[in-house]
Amino acid sequence: MEVGLSSLKEDYRIYILRKTVFMIACISVALLALGLSVSFGKYEIGFFESYGIIIDHLRGIEPADEMKHYIVWELRLPRAIMAIAVGAGLGIGGAAMQSMLRNPLADPYTTGVASGASLGAAVAIILGICLIPSLTGQYAIVVNAFFFSLIPATIIVLISKYKKTTPTMIILAGIGVMYIFSATTSLLMLIAEPDSLAEVYIWTVGSLGRASWENIPLVITFVIIGIIIIQTNSRNLNILAMGDKNAISLGVNALRTRLTLLVTIAFLTAGIVSFTGTIGFVGLIAPHIVRIFLGSDNRYLVPASAALGAALLIVADCIAKEAGATGLPVGVITAIIGGPIFLMILLKMRSKAWN
Amino acid sequence: MLINIEGLEFAYKSTPVLNNITLNVDGPQFISIIGPNGVGKSTLIHCLNKILSPTKGVVSIDGKNVNDYTLKELAKKVGYVPYTSTDIFPLTVVDTVLMGRHPHSRWKSIDNDLEIVYDTLKLMKIEHLAMRSSDELSAGQKQKVILSRGLVQQPRILLLDEPTSNLDIKHQMEVTRILKGLCKEKGIIVVMISHDLNIAAKYADQIIMMHEGGIFAVGSPADVITEKNIKVVYEVESKIIIDEGRPHIILRDEPVEIDGSIDVEFKGRTESRTSITTPV
Repeated sequence: MEVGLSSLKEDYRIYILRKTVFMIACISVALLALGLSVSFGKYEIGFFESYGIIIDHLRGIEPADEMKHYIVWELRLPRAIMAIAVGAGLGIGGAAMQSMLRNPLADPYTTGVASGASLGAAVAIILGICLIPSLTGQYAIVVNAFFFSLIPATIIVLISKYKKTTPTMIILAGIGVMYIFSATTSLLMLIAEPDSLAEVYIWTVGSLGRASWENIPLVITFVIIGIIIIQTNSRNLNILAMGDKNAISLGVNALRTRLTLLVTIAFLTAGIVSFTGTIGFVGLIAPHIVRIFLGSDNRYLVPASAALGAALLIVADCIAKEAGATGLPVGVITAIIGGPIFLMILLKMRSKAWN
Repeated sequence: MLINIEGLEFAYKSTPVLNNITLNVDGPQFISIIGPNGVGKSTLIHCLNKILSPTKGVVSIDGKNVNDYTLKELAKKVGYVPYTSTDIFPLTVVDTVLMGRHPHSRWKSIDNDLEIVYDTLKLMKIEHLAMRSSDELSAGQKQKVILSRGLVQQPRILLLDEPTSNLDIKHQMEVTRILKGLCKEKGIIVVMISHDLNIAAKYADQIIMMHEGGIFAVGSPADVITEKNIKVVYEVESKIIIDEGRPHIILRDEPVEIDGSIDVEFKGRTESRTSITTPV
């Protein structure tokens, strides 16, 4: 079959356009879900009323109902924004991890990076120890989470550099580290004071309930820096996904790129985990769902996974807020709903997005 | 001198793989590296493009030590086509081949890159597969895609690790003919590892025969592919017939008998062999 250059150019243009449209659709869904989530919750406040409250607040108008104003402005809106930032961060972290380690099972959780961050946070909360002794409070938690998350990241780099490893081995090593860190966190919980115990528990299941205007700028900063670095490396990620020999022969320093990305993911995960705890599944499934529709080109996969991760987490949080008598931690919802949805997509689509 | 290798040695931890290799290649030609499995053929070409760093010795490309090149600079001069390429997360053929433009790339790929990709796919006769996902292709088609990726790098030296192993005879000849043509038309050096001695003998200008980590023989196919060399290096009996000035091997399924004693010196030890029996 004869295919001309002009028809290839046209096909390629349409192909790129389709990816762009899907990406915009994901971003639109995330923004729409953000809009809707403000009116979700146990306390009934209508959609238009919620936006009325937000607009009034922005215009500096004194709220008519203090309670509703507090719920929408101080609780729901920061929580929704946090869900967007965290979901985007988890989605992008998962997409980068999977391509970089050439493993569909990789995400910040299965590689132990999130458990490292959790243990770091638990050390700060329960023992009051920070690796930078002058720091206290939330900053101590973030710093500990970051440095502890570097431990599994370093193990991954060392294993892949000094041993002839398969992608499966890296995940198994990550799972091994995850178990050690989770057990240590559990051990710390045994000696914890009741107050810190409750705080650490929330950590282990993952929740957006502690979102506030104070911690949002920090999380958004972590996520934006992460997105910029990972997106800048998206072409290198495509090449890394073909293996180190291919990467080197195409002029990409595989080790340095992997190191840069791992540190970025550790930084991103630590920033997220310090405020929300370990929210599983979003980082794993968002990139896979995107792959079904968009393919595996990281230039589009990375931003689309961020958008879809954000959309998934905000929808899960809407359900979490409505579930049970007092709502549930969002981590529980992502795991309960995310798992079966993922299996369903996997079986139904029969896609060859993975080998 | 385009490729200059002086006293190259390489060891995986304490296991020596390459032993004192010295080799010069000064102009465009089709070189085939042959030798049994595990003899160090892939290790040798990996030392040429910094996939591996030699334990000892110097490798220079275009008069400059490879260590003094950045990876991107080197990738503009030396292309590499691996034996296999895993596609855990498959891309389309056009995206896979476009990766070969990475060493020359700016922020994003441009029309010109797409034209280079198209021309190469057409040369390989796979332009109709351009928009297909690489996991929908046969092993042979995949091999042509990876080969195309190496070609769009537009290197002066192209290293190929068994690039035709998944192809049938017709496509093996077709691809090797294309590579041979590229040597002449574009003036590049093609270094191809091959297990098919007849293909190597038919197309190569020079053959490097490796044995136990060293170069056993270098020269024209007729000089290197001889019954005696094949007996020592591959430990099989063969009969060589000359067809159009090039050797053609007919393998014989019979026990190998080496007349008298052939001494093979390597790694500081001397092996003396008198008789090796090929299992039936």
